[in-house]
Amino acid sequence: MKRFAALITQLEETTKTLQKTKAIAAYLQSVPDQDRLWCVTLFSGRRPKRVITSRQMREWASAASGWPLWLLEDSYAVVGDLGETIALVLPSPETEIEKSLSEWINDLRALASLDVEKKRNFILASWNSLGGPERFVFNKLITSGFRVGVSQKLMARAVAQVAKKTETEIAHRLMGNWHPDETTWYDLIEAEDLRVDLSRPYPFFLSSALESSPQSLGAPSDWGAEWKWDGIRGQVIIRGGSCFTWSRGEELVTQKFPEFEKFPDFLPDGTVLDGEILVWQDEHPLPFNKLQTRIGRKSVSKSILENAPVILYAYDLLEWRGEDIREQPYQERRKLLEDILSSTSPSLPLRLSPSIAFSDWISLAKTRSKARKNYAEGLILKKMNSLYEVGRKKGPWWKWKLDPFNIDAVMIYAQAGHGRRANLYTDFTFAVWQGSELVPLTKAYSGLTDAEFREISGWVRRNTLQRFGPVRQVTPEHVFEIAFEGIHESQRHKSGVALRFPRMARWRHDKKPHEANTIGDLKDLLKTYG
Amino acid sequence: MNRDAVLNFSPSGIYCPAGDFYIDPWRPVERALITHGHADHARKGHKYYLSTDIAAPVLKHRLGHITLETLRYSEIRQIGSARVSFHPAGHVPGSAQIRIKVGGEAWVISGDYKLEDDGLSTAFDPVSCHSFVTECTFGLPVFRWQSQAQVFQEINKWWANNAANGIVSVVGAYGLGKAQRLLCGLDLSIGKVLTHGAIEGTNRVMRAQGIVLPETEQITPETDRKGNGSTLILAPPSALQSTWERRFGDTSNAFASGWMGLRGVRRRRSVDRGFVISDHADWDGLNAAISATGAENIYVTHGYTDVFSKWLSSKGYHSEVVPSRFTGTSVDDEEVE
Ligand SMILES: [Zn+2]
Ligand SMILES: [Zn+2]
Repeated sequence: MKRFAALITQLEETTKTLQKTKAIAAYLQSVPDQDRLWCVTLFSGRRPKRVITSRQMREWASAASGWPLWLLEDSYAVVGDLGETIALVLPSPETEIEKSLSEWINDLRALASLDVEKKRNFILASWNSLGGPERFVFNKLITSGFRVGVSQKLMARAVAQVAKKTETEIAHRLMGNWHPDETTWYDLIEAEDLRVDLSRPYPFFLSSALESSPQSLGAPSDWGAEWKWDGIRGQVIIRGGSCFTWSRGEELVTQKFPEFEKFPDFLPDGTVLDGEILVWQDEHPLPFNKLQTRIGRKSVSKSILENAPVILYAYDLLEWRGEDIREQPYQERRKLLEDILSSTSPSLPLRLSPSIAFSDWISLAKTRSKARKNYAEGLILKKMNSLYEVGRKKGPWWKWKLDPFNIDAVMIYAQAGHGRRANLYTDFTFAVWQGSELVPLTKAYSGLTDAEFREISGWVRRNTLQRFGPVRQVTPEHVFEIAFEGIHESQRHKSGVALRFPRMARWRHDKKPHEANTIGDLKDLLKTYG
Repeated sequence: MNRDAVLNFSPSGIYCPAGDFYIDPWRPVERALITHGHADHARKGHKYYLSTDIAAPVLKHRLGHITLETLRYSEIRQIGSARVSFHPAGHVPGSAQIRIKVGGEAWVISGDYKLEDDGLSTAFDPVSCHSFVTECTFGLPVFRWQSQAQVFQEINKWWANNAANGIVSVVGAYGLGKAQRLLCGLDLSIGKVLTHGAIEGTNRVMRAQGIVLPETEQITPETDRKGNGSTLILAPPSALQSTWERRFGDTSNAFASGWMGLRGVRRRRSVDRGFVISDHADWDGLNAAISATGAENIYVTHGYTDVFSKWLSSKGYHSEVVPSRFTGTSVDDEEVE
């Protein structure tokens, strides 16, 4: 595992993607197929089945290091990564064992059938035989996937170099439901026939935020426009008489949306649709919080199906009659999609997300300003001749969102971050006025620069009024502009409203707490847009 | 605080009523005893300063016109009914722990300290006392330093490798202490060392007081930017990844700090390399130092105070956290020096 640990170290020792790609490719070249396969498995967020609980790891690490459990836990809270914490607190190893990456993984998996005592002995002996970076990697094999700053794109590029194939093809091959136990390096990467896995999705093509005015995009006639919906981006695959639904996070979510099960009765095998999953009522989408009731559940109850029925609002077609059509221009894929959907029954939870006709950018800007009335959060602009590419690539697709809502709120609680932000206060609670009282409104974590986070952290330490565990109540002194995408009613929140995607837009040094917004201001927003 | 308290913790900082003075106060006071010249310890605006003779030049350099008296290490000064002495803290040149004895009670304020002899600062000297006020910036068992020699070897290896590839090496390090410590550990057979003006200013002050530092060249607008692939540049952390760094063309950058021991912080800094080298005591160092004082009462400041104090209590010490509003913290805690 020395080589794999060295790869992890190398990846962490550069911020340059070119060097990262080189390092991964060099590793893949130098190890046997089984190790290659596991490397790709781990870097794509898949992981071996867990055989040791986090609790066991902590207790055994406490025993092995001699530090009390609470001290280990408190250290973990700061470091933010259990594998790293344990690697750091253990004494130096007394022996050395060298096994390959796949040997270690197989040994760990073999523990599943052993009793706790045997598991414990194995883990303690392993810790005592692995040096710094290897020990860390070993712990990560037990606990969770690797996050080593390697994007799927970067990995696909490295694998493509080694396999001498295109990056697009590799990205597609790495999608879907494969597992190292059921495939080989050859089948996954090199074999000619790709369609073994019926559920395999295509990599999503993502739009970038349009920061400048659309005039910069050139002739309006080169562009198509659609509403930008606030749902879950989904890819629905109909193959082999079955239907598979993938979320943008590459999670197979078929069971969460049983409404789509009937698609194979109406659409031919070899159909892949890209669209937005939305809760639907009276022929229009409902706000995202309605959809939230369905996320995080494996299966969906009858009452949820009745209260929050979903549709797929389709906007692209990636495969038709078994043929990958991603290389056809957008306008042709779109036309085909329109033809297909024009003949499907309205009882099917499948609709065509409409195109928006426009002749010039100014009239389109007017349309965009009506997005909220149309239950959308802005527009998506797609170049007429754009191919369906992989990942986020600037140029062919833009999202042109409405400007966010803004309110000014007072910081009242602060909590320390962990991991990347181990020594900073980064999680804040903000309040608005209700009469002479400050009512908690929302939490926010992002939006400040590192320098601002450092500055506010110093201030929090000096201005703590009270502590509630990890949370510090601070003097209500600082006003922040909170930007958010939507607002809706909420029983769970003291303020009675919940915000969508709240973040800190600006630190309002120029404002005093009494100048912050009131609950009344938010209720007004709720009335208009909720 | 017990009835024989020699010090108390006030909103302006740590105060000694018997001698009517403060230690490293963070609000302007009449009389301030200063452990060392870092910004979170030596602040502007006091009427009178007392420091070690070795710390004095940097203090004057940083604070301008101040009324300053100095003591040598271990020299005793009677202030009111307090007997005061400064002792090596090993943190940066001239840094001190301050011992204050009133009647039969001896207290020591550690300031910032480290136990490893860095070859540049006067090495840390344990001072016995009844009560010890200690920093604990790195007071968790995840912080354990490698020896300085090992880290220098890593840095030189990285530099040599960059030099071989014609890439300029840029190291971010605090201007007072860390930069000079690195400078002394660099292998100058690899190439030249250039310095950012903020660091060269301190170098100049130290050289003038007789501290021997390897040769450096300050970067000016005229500095040749081409053909300097084998150079290493020492710069303040804020200069990393700025336009200032970019004008040197193809660079590899690194940050030298104890915080680099955490992957998360390393990622946040998003430098190519993080070298784990600190002028603060690590976990083992803190525990060793506390034990060496023989003190029963331990007051902890600066750092993971809650956890560290709980740890000390579990070891049988009487330990308390000094609330940070009584000691002040640097605005920028990651930059704590
Ligand atoms: Zn310092
Ligand atoms: Zn300090």
